[in-house]
Amino acid sequence: MAHDDAGGSAPALRADRLGRRYGQVWGLRDCTLEVPAGAIVGLVGPNGAGKTTLLEMIIGLLEPTEGQVSVFGAAAHAHMAARLARVSYVAQDHPLYRDFSVADMFRLGRAMNPSWDHGMAQARMDTLGIPPKRKVKTLSGGQQAQVSLTMALAKRTPLLVLDEPVSSLDPVARLEFMRDVMASAVGTGLTVIIASHVVSELERLCDWLIVLTGGHVRLAGPVDDLLAAHRLLTVPRPTSDAELPGLTIHRTDSDRHSTVLVRADAARLQALGRPGWQADPVGFEQLVMAYLQRSPQTAAADDTAAAAAQPRPLAKEVTR
Amino acid sequence: MFRFRLDGSSGVPPYLQLVHQVRQSLLLGYLREGDRLPTVKDVASDLVINPNTVVKAYRQLEHEGLAGGRPGQGTFITASSFAVEPESNQALRASLEEWLRTAEEAGMSEEAVTALIAVARHDMRKEKV
Repeated sequence: MAHDDAGGSAPALRADRLGRRYGQVWGLRDCTLEVPAGAIVGLVGPNGAGKTTLLEMIIGLLEPTEGQVSVFGAAAHAHMAARLARVSYVAQDHPLYRDFSVADMFRLGRAMNPSWDHGMAQARMDTLGIPPKRKVKTLSGGQQAQVSLTMALAKRTPLLVLDEPVSSLDPVARLEFMRDVMASAVGTGLTVIIASHVVSELERLCDWLIVLTGGHVRLAGPVDDLLAAHRLLTVPRPTSDAELPGLTIHRTDSDRHSTVLVRADAARLQALGRPGWQADPVGFEQLVMAYLQRSPQTAAADDTAAAAAQPRPLAKEVTR
Repeated sequence: MFRFRLDGSSGVPPYLQLVHQVRQSLLLGYLREGDRLPTVKDVASDLVINPNTVVKAYRQLEHEGLAGGRPGQGTFITASSFAVEPESNQALRASLEEWLRTAEEAGMSEEAVTALIAVARHDMRKEKV
């Protein structure tokens, strides 16, 4: 177990049965994940699914009600300064002091962060054509987002957390923002978590995916592995879910046949060859949408059943 | 310098699109042995794409023997182009375009054209045997 303070071999993010309750309602529960360093993670879920709750516990803004979360091996209740040195955060409304100039914002950043890279921050403003003397409130939305991102990058932290940073931006500003995020990740080992509603954009941005609905993680892992564990089956009607190999995630029935997105392990997917059945690979957007459309009740029932049944069927699967 | 494209609506995973483009360009002679591919950073920022995806595509090209990394210099095409000489390539393309126009004028659908080519190729192979 890597729990070294330098975080060399520790995962970028580890959550263990992490949960947060607001009064009687759980905003997030039973969240268990391990994200390797260097991953670019897409975090997807409807409003109220628990995305911001998860992100705020990761960055140490919110205390967990149960379970724990660690960033590069340092637990959330560790010294706050240590946590802040590992994570930078760009919030939805990229909050900046509106009456400050860009140069003032950077001076503040420098005073508050020991590892602040002033040269990089200034160089970025030059490249973007944003004069440091300009007051924040006179900048466009895209420019303000860029100043926020620059503040986050100049902290030189190994984890960058973006909570829908571009939802208020026009498509061009959004593209420019993400271009800089991707370029910053090259060769630096930077781990990035991007919460976004724009599923179609995430495919090219992320290699790791977390889908949250109803306060629970429904799907998490490397994108390639997740795609490999799902198939889109076209089967004649009537075929019941029980006859299908694996778990039904999404199903559309037409007059003569049904289209079913199923999750199964490799061995079961291999043994799909039934006459009249067709199995196609699943695309990224298709996969995410299928999980988002599944009702939290169904998902919860399936997850409970899977957890209860896990030890025995898995062993059987291996020996088959 | 070679430039990649990305088609967001194709359903083909981004890394495979990059691999296909190099293969295709080798077939068509747009890329030749010794050509340098753009750096991971350039592709990531040009296409606004995850750099890990570019690394994965380059690794796949290396695995297929089409490209190789030189430390500190970048990734280079190592396979000799499978293409014919540019002049005959151009001539072949011109005659193909003319043929395709004739087919279109005759009312052939794109699908029928593809089918006809497949059938013709099949018959040619049989003749050779």
